[in-house]
Amino acid sequence: MNIHRYERWWLTFGVTMLVAFLALIGFAAFADNINPPSDMQQIDPTKVAQTPPFDRPGPRRTGADSYEAYYVARVFSFDPAVLRVPAGSLVRFYVTSADVVHGFFIPKTDINMMAVPGWVNTQEHRFTRPGEYLLICHEYCGLGHQDMFAKIEVR
Amino acid sequence: MQAMTQVRAENRVVIAHVYTATAAIALGAVFGVFQGFARTSAFAAPAWFDYYRVLTMHGVLMALVFTTFFITGLALFVTYRAIPRERKLGMGWFGWGLMLVGTAMAAATILRGDATVLYTFYAPLKASPWFYLGATLLVLGTWVVAFEVFENVNYFRKANPGAAVPLVVFCAAATFVMWVVATLGVVAEMGLLIPWAFGWTPGINVMLTRMLFWYFGHPLVYFWIMGAYVIWYNIIPLRYGGNVFSDGLTRLTFIMLILLSTPVGIHHEFMEPGISPAWKMLHTITTYGVAIPSFITAFAIFASFELAAIKAGRRGFIATVKGLPWNDPTFSGAALGMLLFILGGFGGLVNASYSMDTVVHNTIWIVGHFHVTVGGPVALTFLGAAYWMIPRLTGRALWKPELALFQTRLWFFGMLIMSLSMHYAGLLGAPRRTADVGYLGASGANAWQPFMLLAAAGGFFLFCSILAFVAVAVGTLLQNAKTEPMEAAFATPAQPASATPGALQHLYRWGALALVLAVAAYAGPLGELLRHPGYLAPGMRTW
Repeated sequence: MNIHRYERWWLTFGVTMLVAFLALIGFAAFADNINPPSDMQQIDPTKVAQTPPFDRPGPRRTGADSYEAYYVARVFSFDPAVLRVPAGSLVRFYVTSADVVHGFFIPKTDINMMAVPGWVNTQEHRFTRPGEYLLICHEYCGLGHQDMFAKIEVR
Repeated sequence: MQAMTQVRAENRVVIAHVYTATAAIALGAVFGVFQGFARTSAFAAPAWFDYYRVLTMHGVLMALVFTTFFITGLALFVTYRAIPRERKLGMGWFGWGLMLVGTAMAAATILRGDATVLYTFYAPLKASPWFYLGATLLVLGTWVVAFEVFENVNYFRKANPGAAVPLVVFCAAATFVMWVVATLGVVAEMGLLIPWAFGWTPGINVMLTRMLFWYFGHPLVYFWIMGAYVIWYNIIPLRYGGNVFSDGLTRLTFIMLILLSTPVGIHHEFMEPGISPAWKMLHTITTYGVAIPSFITAFAIFASFELAAIKAGRRGFIATVKGLPWNDPTFSGAALGMLLFILGGFGGLVNASYSMDTVVHNTIWIVGHFHVTVGGPVALTFLGAAYWMIPRLTGRALWKPELALFQTRLWFFGMLIMSLSMHYAGLLGAPRRTADVGYLGASGANAWQPFMLLAAAGGFFLFCSILAFVAVAVGTLLQNAKTEPMEAAFATPAQPASATPGALQHLYRWGALALVLAVAAYAGPLGELLRHPGYLAPGMRTW
């Protein structure tokens, strides 16, 4: 089968682009540790209220400017509804769902993950700019899905 | 005379498939246009308006019903015409009947409000079991059509030993080989969901159902794309007096799509727990791989344009572009769809990227992406192809071809406006699948509102465009007399087909290899999930 010279050039160009993109993604993953959330911890969603640390949702201070924040997602709210942290804080979020699948998304940050019943998911973000951030459920979870949001106040 | 009776009988089967698709896109458009406006703050929906029920209906009708009925109709049409013979049509009708009954069951449960689970039906949201059964019947009906296409391929091979299967039939059959491999995932998922929905099993492994869904859910989009490629390679070149650029490369493209469409689904699950980063990276790489057959296709189309221009004595880029039949609705639909696909390809590379997906996952960017893909190259090509098929099916000249041409252009502009607005609003953080994105006036949400309004305006143009399509499709049946010949010709290769290597003539062997690749890509993540069985969720009805 004859493949035209121009087509060989075009395919070489296309495949080179793909390899270059993959190399960049790989570099970000291995050198800069930019990975999607992939937590393997499991939890019984029917016992979230009794299982530490999700029995007391909210922030824990873990260092001079670092926090862990534990969230429970359930139809149609997040607990805690408001999180207050100082500007410059590095916050590691942990979330689990007590019922159906929810989303956990803070626009304009690195936080975007799924809250699946039976599993804990985690991601972290440094809040450098003060202001009010919106935390929204971005996976359809039922009739009140559009009402499922919380706030993060960075001061 | 005998042959003409046979052709008319075959046409009736295809008409049933294609006009069911027409009904689906018409209804889907009605449900779609309401959503666009409901999401804006300027046009708040009345309290009785059930956004999520309407969204479920729109998604099911457009993504699962319109596309599937059109592709089954197209595959039967090209198979019947390219392999003329005395044949029984029972399978074509049986497949259509199963698909229609399944669609009716699923639609009835959605309209009653018993299946407001969107077209992804993520557990533990639990719909009526009749919804899952209906969706399963729809898939099983497509398997019957696949069997009919394969049976004709086998007949041709037996009757013409050593001859290559006609290219258009090869492409259609390859589409269904890929589809059978891919739908195994959703049928397995239904095997878990149906007994659970009936209450025979107490709980369900949520992550397992999601993984099985996406095993099917991404190749679903390649099923649509392959349907459009069948048209781009085999039907469109004749509109501008061109040829298939290369028989061998076309077959290679479809074989690559058989192989690479399925082992990619986990790129829809990057943000989920319970799947190790290594598997997510693997599926990023395989998803990038499936771009290669699209590169080949892009080259083949432009090369075919240029060769046709040279044949007609036109030289140079501008003369080549100007010489194309832009006033032909069939060509216009396909070509404008190709332009939209360029945008879709750019966005797709972002979505499939292991780390960049964090920026866009589950935002309305994704909705913009799949509207500019399934609603761009796929739907617009299908509508254009319908303008070519309908006269050949009915013997009637197309009613108001100028309206058909206007329809394709209106669609293009409507889709550009809607899709670009959705992409941009997604980058600002607007979520998908949400009835009201105002969040009680929260500061971040205000920035999205103008783009929601623009998206609704684009959606309104698309709605008008579909009305125009339905007017032409139905008007042809009602208004015009049977004056047209019903012959259908397919593009022939510029190179002689004998240059195609034998390895590119196979279908089922590549299908078997595709299954092996799919199992290889999923064995790791699936094994990981099964080693962490954990919680089994009871069903919940949160709507």
